[in-house]
Amino acid sequence: MVASDIQVAQNIGFGIIAVTMIVAAIGVVTNRNVVHAALSLVVVMAGAAAQYILLAAEFVAVTQVLVYIGAVMVLFLFGVMLTRARLGREADLNNKNFVIGIPVALIMLGVMGWALIDGFHGQKMPTNAAPVTTKALSDAIFAPYLVPFWALSFLLLIAVVGAIVLARKD
Amino acid sequence: MLLNQFLLLGAVLFCTGVYGVIARKNAVMVLMSIELILNSVNINLLAFSLFNQNIDGNVFALFIIAVAAAEVGVGLALVLLVYRNRRSIALDELSEMKG
Repeated sequence: MVASDIQVAQNIGFGIIAVTMIVAAIGVVTNRNVVHAALSLVVVMAGAAAQYILLAAEFVAVTQVLVYIGAVMVLFLFGVMLTRARLGREADLNNKNFVIGIPVALIMLGVMGWALIDGFHGQKMPTNAAPVTTKALSDAIFAPYLVPFWALSFLLLIAVVGAIVLARKD
Repeated sequence: MLLNQFLLLGAVLFCTGVYGVIARKNAVMVLMSIELILNSVNINLLAFSLFNQNIDGNVFALFIIAVAAAEVGVGLALVLLVYRNRRSIALDELSEMKG
């Protein structure tokens, strides 16, 4: 097996980004400070955007940065600021019986990991894949996926109107 | 690159998000955990999109990003409404529907 088949550089990049993402994700669910947890979520989303670039999906990566890191995180920080008086550590962020979550997550991870390793063992990504161009992506969205795209537009409109109706003060 | 490394990363992120949904009491933190779950699904979709050389996975990933944005908007509006009525967003205190 020659080096270009193993793709050493991509694998090193994947490893570094994946470890960073997992550490930050555990920070999101264990941190006692809500703002620090939100900032850990930024790290996870930026890592996900980097993985999308490794997966040859440039437009989705750019959209991830714009929508998640740009808009959704601002919404989360607004939510944190509007619902909490103080921004320091908080003792009671977890449920009383949060320990149940640990075996549930571990069992689920075990089952999914076993199924994935059993089902896709040794399957390789194509090494000479061309990146997905934005032109091809727009051709796919606006021809075969046009009706779902319309439905999604209405969903966003309904969500915006609903959020305004819910959150305004009469 | 193997297909499985991306799928296993998605599985780890998914399980972390599930743990967060179960363990957290603050409603905003539960919404953040749901975002973790949606991101892990996106990684899986794009991995299969590259593996099968098919562009549909990219389209679905974009759709999921849009749905997630709508979900966060409505979810945070609901959280604000609950906070305004009860001065608290602890989910275990919302027990009026318990029989």
